[in-house]
Amino acid sequence: MAFEGLSDRLQDIFKKLRGKGKITEDDVNAAMREIRLALLEADVNFKVVKDLVARIKERAVGQEVLASLTPGQQIVKIVHDEMTALMGGTESKLVLSSHTPMVIMTVGLQGAGKTTTVAKLAKSLVKQGRRPLLVAADIYRPAAIKQLQVLGEQINIPVFTMGQSNPVDIARKSMDYARANNRDIVILDTAGRLHVNEELMNELKQIQAQVKPDEILLIVDAMTGQDAVNVAESFNEQLGLTGVILTKLDGDTRGGAALSVKAVTGCPIKFIGMGEKLDALEVFYPDRMASRILGMGDILSLVEKAQANFDEKKAREMERKIRQQEFTLEDFMQQMQQVRSMGPLQDLLSMIPGMDKQLKGMQGEFDEKEVYKIEAIIQSMTPAERRDPGIINGSRKKRIARGSGTKVQEVNRLLKQFEESKKMMKQLTDMTGKKGKKGMPMRFPF
Amino acid sequence: MALFDKFKNKKKDNVPEESNELLVKDYEESTPYEATQIKDESESDELKSEAKSKDGIFDKFKRGLSKTRHNISNKIDTLVKSSRKLDDDFWDELEEILIEADVGVPTSLELVKNVKTAAKKNKINEPEQVTALIRDEIKTLLETNENRLLINEYQPSVILVVGVNGAGKTTSIAKLAYRFKNENKKVLLAAADTFRAAAIDQLQIWADRIGVDIIKLQEGADPGAVVYDALNAARARKTEVLIIDTAGRLQNKTNLMKEIGKLRKIIEREIPGAPHEVLLVLDATTGQNAISQAKIFEEVTGVSGIILTKLDGTAKGGIVLAIAKELEIPVKLVGIGEGLEDLRDFSAEAFAAALFTSENNDED
Repeated sequence: MAFEGLSDRLQDIFKKLRGKGKITEDDVNAAMREIRLALLEADVNFKVVKDLVARIKERAVGQEVLASLTPGQQIVKIVHDEMTALMGGTESKLVLSSHTPMVIMTVGLQGAGKTTTVAKLAKSLVKQGRRPLLVAADIYRPAAIKQLQVLGEQINIPVFTMGQSNPVDIARKSMDYARANNRDIVILDTAGRLHVNEELMNELKQIQAQVKPDEILLIVDAMTGQDAVNVAESFNEQLGLTGVILTKLDGDTRGGAALSVKAVTGCPIKFIGMGEKLDALEVFYPDRMASRILGMGDILSLVEKAQANFDEKKAREMERKIRQQEFTLEDFMQQMQQVRSMGPLQDLLSMIPGMDKQLKGMQGEFDEKEVYKIEAIIQSMTPAERRDPGIINGSRKKRIARGSGTKVQEVNRLLKQFEESKKMMKQLTDMTGKKGKKGMPMRFPF
Repeated sequence: MALFDKFKNKKKDNVPEESNELLVKDYEESTPYEATQIKDESESDELKSEAKSKDGIFDKFKRGLSKTRHNISNKIDTLVKSSRKLDDDFWDELEEILIEADVGVPTSLELVKNVKTAAKKNKINEPEQVTALIRDEIKTLLETNENRLLINEYQPSVILVVGVNGAGKTTSIAKLAYRFKNENKKVLLAAADTFRAAAIDQLQIWADRIGVDIIKLQEGADPGAVVYDALNAARARKTEVLIIDTAGRLQNKTNLMKEIGKLRKIIEREIPGAPHEVLLVLDATTGQNAISQAKIFEEVTGVSGIILTKLDGTAKGGIVLAIAKELEIPVKLVGIGEGLEDLRDFSAEAFAAALFTSENNDED
């Protein structure tokens, strides 16, 4: 349990690298090991971890990381991106069909939270103007029917019960009842069962054949460990799931099961249970889940900011320019402004876990005033000068220095820095070009 | 996707013997197994008890844990047979097998390290001989913490049952009550889960089926009041075992944890020395969060033992190892089926042995 968050641990690894200028295969491997451990500690299935780490590594050895002054942060972003993509990218909603009654069937292991979730689901559908009917098809667990009745009463939604009758009959009759009573969505609460219990799994198949559900939702306890893949795989294989609801996420579990379940079933996670109250059902956001699994605090806001401010198109254009040696001071300034648009550098740095303590040492490199100066110098140049700094002679330098309130030496230093970064970029593009990594935008080229 | 193919095969092998119908049947055809065993224990004839209980537990464990064994021991067997020497690949794979069983990274690493050291020390170079070492290592880890229910010396013996939502508290309590009832003990249940809808009804139905008394108030009542009433009733009725059901709560809910801490205080105040057992119910399918559960419930209520439920699925129960190592809370009972008699004493010997027994000896 000594896991403090992946970003901290990666930061530690890469701290040693500062000044080395180049990340070796060994460094990347060490980082991958930390990522692997972090994901395993979060209960992501180890096979899923393997695949994921392989993909992350492939991207990490590419230019994105090399180009960054904070490779740790960059790798975390890659991990985050890959996890988000694996979990479906964006949120996924219920498919509400127009034919009535629409049928939603919930399935899962014992104790996953089906009955509570069913009530929550019904409540949220009422809010959308629907008229759900709850159906008590768990005839095995003592008082399960009563539980659903009590919940139905609390949220003022009718509950269809037929005592301990055959669940297949209950399901069929509930459809008639829904039609007769103008209920447009039937939600079946089935008994919890083991995925290896053939008889009970057959019962579900029969119900499925009988009522042809529009949605079959697997209810999964977010605290589930490595076994989540077995359960999800089995239910999916036998019934063909349409979605997953992850429960008990208001606990302190990292919830790696989300990744596992998504990876083996391919079904979207549609909702998450966030509390015992009946309105504690929320839409699932893959990116937030990724942050949670990684144990990242504010890094999410950082990533959000980066995503909001980095124009993908501009980045590609920039990359093309760099490749073709067309990178100018104008582009240089644009890049800087893009980074700055995320907020003050100090703030950005402090969002990265573990960075606070290092901030003092970093101030030389990331002096806010220095950035202002550079901006002023470039803004004091003519467009022609920005495009081709080669034409800047002594008298032009004096003019630029006067215009920007700096000294000629400072103008010189900037021009030198620019030439150097151009050289560095050339090296980088040559290198990555050889490896055949194309189409990856440069994100931090300064 | 070879892994998932493996899962599929396993599923076919694992058709459970019991169906839900057996719930009632099991209850009617109760085996004298538990009763015998507990009586043996109350006698001071340790050896006899050992021998007898080993017999019974061993077989049942093997059956109940067949899925666990499928997952761990078969893989270890395969690994052992397919490896020619003890190289890094071998150890890495061993580590993976343990991690896949929810043992957790730190515990898996340490187990492998210990086995590695032992192999070196004993100059073992053959993968096959390593199996015994792993078994010993797991046994040692669990055995140090092995323990039995401490309920015989007290009257009334008070058992407080705690855990997160959906772990299987109420069902485990029913199984426990059934077991004590078969030992001709006077059992009383307290329905202190006044929160969850119909939780009281659920316990009432079990009480009726088993034929034990229950103390309850209406839904939404103060659980402290239920506990207080139950303690008084237990004294007045000369109850031998009082089992208290509590509402499931996630361990990070501070207020709910305070509430359960208060329940413990009420018990301590009313009956000195009680509660004699505070049993944490853990779902065997739970991953690393089980450690957090055990840790925080232990801090708040002083957990004396763990009931590990739902070991009859494909869940591997490896978390038992992590808990034993990191928290030293003994696992006392395991739930290995839906029948009322499917709650067993935990035995490290049987657990470790069952993990490594080959499939062929299963039905002996």
